[in-house]
Amino acid sequence: MKPAPFRYVAAESLAAALALKAEHGDDARFLAGGQSLVPAMNFRLAQPAFVVDINGLSELDYVRAGTAGALRIGALTRNRTLERDALVTERQPLVREAVPHVAHPQIRNRGTLGGNLAHADPASELPAVLLALDGRLRAQSARGERWIAVGEFFRGVFTTALRSDELLAEVELPALPPRAGTCFLEVARRRGDYAMMGVAAVIALGEDGRCTHARLAYCNAGDTPVSAAAARGLVGSRVAEAEIRAAAAAAERELDPPGNVHASKAFQRHLAGVLTRRALQSAVDRAKASR
Amino acid sequence: MTAERHAVTTTVNGTRYVRRVESRLLLTDFLRHDLGLTGTRVGCEHGVCGACTILYDGEPVRACLMFAAQANGHSVTTVEGLAPERGRLHPLQEAFREAHGLQCGYCTAGILMTMKAFLAERPSPSEDEVREALSGNLCRCTGYQHVVDAVLLAAAKLRGAPA
Repeated sequence: MKPAPFRYVAAESLAAALALKAEHGDDARFLAGGQSLVPAMNFRLAQPAFVVDINGLSELDYVRAGTAGALRIGALTRNRTLERDALVTERQPLVREAVPHVAHPQIRNRGTLGGNLAHADPASELPAVLLALDGRLRAQSARGERWIAVGEFFRGVFTTALRSDELLAEVELPALPPRAGTCFLEVARRRGDYAMMGVAAVIALGEDGRCTHARLAYCNAGDTPVSAAAARGLVGSRVAEAEIRAAAAAAERELDPPGNVHASKAFQRHLAGVLTRRALQSAVDRAKASR
Repeated sequence: MTAERHAVTTTVNGTRYVRRVESRLLLTDFLRHDLGLTGTRVGCEHGVCGACTILYDGEPVRACLMFAAQANGHSVTTVEGLAPERGRLHPLQEAFREAHGLQCGYCTAGILMTMKAFLAERPSPSEDEVREALSGNLCRCTGYQHVVDAVLLAAAKLRGAPA
């Protein structure tokens, strides 16, 4: 289990990295944390001719405040940084809550946000979190840059809207609405394993206590991170226990998880229902506490 | 295809090494074969078992998921760098010996390196926190109980150790 031969280039600038990708397209892969790419290379599932190491590009490694309360995160930001960063905790507690579920500390020390998202594993937590938060992604190439809405980004298992000459450079998360509460929950067989089912919930309440905004997104529930329309039924309600139960039941009916060797489709659905109910209740409690 | 080679200058356990390596050489194999530091073990080679855990610029990482070429300009600590001097053990190693924290020993180097960083960050962990911190290191012999005991003992030793 050793990688096939390849050419390694430690990119000295973003422009140089993008030029190599423009020249070699799908034959070149960016190496960030390497926590998904290198195992695939060790198994020879991936055999890129060129590996463009972007770890030296510190301009892609940042967490900063954007306009109107947004949070901007450079693609090379390590998961461990997201776990420890005060601005992430303040502006996007959902990210802070979800990241410790991503594998183990040793993996999070290397693994990056951009690598996680560009890998597009539907079982991964952060794609679902990005979906629940209505984030958007900035792709950069030698031709220029463009923003991609999260709903357009994930196209299938390990498949994204990124073109063969593009690098995922940045993620922007808009500010949460006023009086918002969020919650991430998952069930995994062991700490650090992929979730059998995971849910990210966002709830915001108006001055009158009625729900103004609701999002539910799931990991390991399909070919991409999946959002549930059941969340919409909560808007305008007081999100009391009966309404939360109804939304959870609706989400359970609506989702069509694939089932796998560890959890049948029926069990995954059951987990989705239970986790949705608990996550919504926590999100509502947190929204009320944020007043 | 002629193997492409890269110059690597890296500091391992305080010693500076200059070598030329093939692109695809994994950091694990570089440490073991090129530098002769065989304390770092190779287990699964896909980042699951944790046997190859080293400190890379002070943080625990999987050496099997890095290329040797990436270590250029960085510092690495392996289990060989844990003990303060020949003939003396690090408090973590003493604790693992005293609490029977190993049987075959294959996973031990990776666990020690993971726990070195963990105890630096959490000097007084609960048992639950220790178990969670160990979750990225598989041990097929011990059932973990004595490993947990050893880590808690090591934490106590390190807290009591003179600065």
